[in-house]
Amino acid sequence: MAGDYTLEELLIATVADLLQGCGHIAVGVSSPIPGSAALLRRHRDREAGGRTRVSIIGTTIPEFRTDGGVDLFDSAGQGRVDAFFLSGGQIDGRANINLVGVGDGYPQQKVRWSGSFGSAYLYFMVPKVILFRLEHSRRTMVESVDFISAPGVSPPNVHRPGGPYALVTDLCLFRFDRERARFALASVHPGHTLEEVRDNTGFDFDVPEAVTETAAPDGQTLSILRETVAPVIADPYPKFARRVWGVSAAA
Amino acid sequence: MSDILLANVDQLAAEVPDGARLAVFKAEGGCAAMAATAALIRRGARDLHLVTVPTSGLQADMLIGAGCVATVETSGVTLSEYGQAPCFGRAVKAGTIRVIDSTCPAVYAGLQAGEKGIPFMLLRGLIGSDIVRHRDDYRVIDNPFAADDPIVALPAIVPDIALFHAPLADRFGNVWIGRHAELKVMAHAARKTLVTCERLYDGNLQQDETLAPATIPEMYIGGVAVAERGAAPYGVTGLYDDDADRFAAYAGMAKTGEGFAAWLDEAVYGRAPAVAAE
Repeated sequence: MAGDYTLEELLIATVADLLQGCGHIAVGVSSPIPGSAALLRRHRDREAGGRTRVSIIGTTIPEFRTDGGVDLFDSAGQGRVDAFFLSGGQIDGRANINLVGVGDGYPQQKVRWSGSFGSAYLYFMVPKVILFRLEHSRRTMVESVDFISAPGVSPPNVHRPGGPYALVTDLCLFRFDRERARFALASVHPGHTLEEVRDNTGFDFDVPEAVTETAAPDGQTLSILRETVAPVIADPYPKFARRVWGVSAAA
Repeated sequence: MSDILLANVDQLAAEVPDGARLAVFKAEGGCAAMAATAALIRRGARDLHLVTVPTSGLQADMLIGAGCVATVETSGVTLSEYGQAPCFGRAVKAGTIRVIDSTCPAVYAGLQAGEKGIPFMLLRGLIGSDIVRHRDDYRVIDNPFAADDPIVALPAIVPDIALFHAPLADRFGNVWIGRHAELKVMAHAARKTLVTCERLYDGNLQQDETLAPATIPEMYIGGVAVAERGAAPYGVTGLYDDDADRFAAYAGMAKTGEGFAAWLDEAVYGRAPAVAAE
C-alpha cells in the first residue's frame, strides 16, 4: 500500500463517499469499517449544516433510538433508514448473500455460520445497501451462493424499495446494476490490478474501457478519522481502534 | 413477600420444564440471563425448543453444548468478535439439533402476533430467500387489499417461557428494562416470563412516573430471582463491562468437546479446572 494511510482508512473514505445523501445510516454488529465510514459521513454532513443520523446496532451510538430492535425494523419498513451494510460468507454475481453455511444438504452443511440476522428483510427495505467484505477471493466471491439468506434482486411484483448498491472489498469497488442483476467494476484500490480482481472473483462482472484507481483519502479526511472518528468508534470497537489508530475510547 | 420472588436462580431454573419452548434474549445490552442459564444446565434441562430473540451468543451455545436443546429457532448464533459459536456449529453439522433459520424482524413479528393473540403476522421482504423455502410454517399470500402483491405470513410465536436478565425488579414482580423495549414484546407473547435482576428496587416500580414506562408489569411475570452480575460474562449497560478474557477463554476451550466439558466444570459447576485452559 502506497502513501501514508492504511487500507482501513482507504476503505472508510470510499464507503463514506458512497453514503452521500443518506440522512439515516444504520450499521449492523461487527462492522467497524462501515461504522467508521458512517461517522465520517455524519461529521462531514454536520460541518455542512446537515442532520445525518447514525445507528450502530447493539451499541450506545443509536443515541436517538430508545425503543429497541423492533423499532429499527419497523422504521426501515417505513423508509426511515436510508443506508445499511450487509456482508456474506459468500456473495455471488447476482448479489445474493449467504450468511448460513457452505455445502449441500442444508441444514447439515459442511460449514455452518451464524445465520441470516436481519438481512432477508433489510436488503429489501433499505434503499442503499452496501455490501462489504474484506476477504476478496474465489471462496467468498462465488458464481452462485450455497444458501440465499437474502436475494440480490426480486421479480417486479415483489415490494422492494431497497437493495444492493455497491460492493466494497479489500481489492476494489463494484457498483450493482439492479436492472441487469450484475456488478460493474467501479475502481481498483491502489496497489492492485484488474487481473488480480479477475483472478480472485468467481463471478462475471462488467469492466469499463478505462479502469480507474480508487481515490486515496486526503489529508483533511485522515485527520478527521484520526482525531474525531477514532475515539468514537473505539467505544463499540476497542480492538479495532487500538489496532488501526492506537486510540482508546473517549472518556 | 410474594411467591413471585424466588430464592435463587436454581429455583428459577426449576420453573422451566423439559421440552419447553423457551425464548431467550440477544446478548447485547446485558439482558441474556447467564446465571440462570448455568442453573438450567445444572438442573439438566432437556429437549428445549430455544427461540432466540432475535439472536443469541454464549447462552445458546452453552445450552446446546450441554445437551439441553432439541431445536433452535434463530436469526443467528454467534460469539461476535470472538468468532463463530462452536457448540452450535458442531451440533448443526452433526444433526444432533434441529435448526430453524429465521430473520430478526420475523422473530419480532411472530412475537407481536403472539402478544396480540392473533394467528399470524405479515412481513415485507423475505420472498425469494432460502429461509422461506425451508420454512414450511411460512406462507406467501396475496395482499387482499391490492392486486398482485405477494407478502409473507408468519405464524405467531407463543413461547412457554421467556427468560431474561434486567437491571432492576421489585418485590411485586414488576421489572424495569431500560431502553430494551423488545423485552416487552417477548414478555407479552410468552405464557410465563422468568427474570433475573441485578438488585431489588425498594418500592413499587409501577408507582414511579420516571421508571414506569420502561417497566414490565407483574401481570406478565411468573418469577423473579436476584442474580448479581447475572449477565456475566456479558456486561450490563452502565453497570459492568463484557469480560473479554472469559469470552476469549470460552472461544478457545469450546472448540473441542473436552474443552467445553472443562468450561462447564468451571463456569457452571464451580469446580476447579482439572486441566489448564489452552
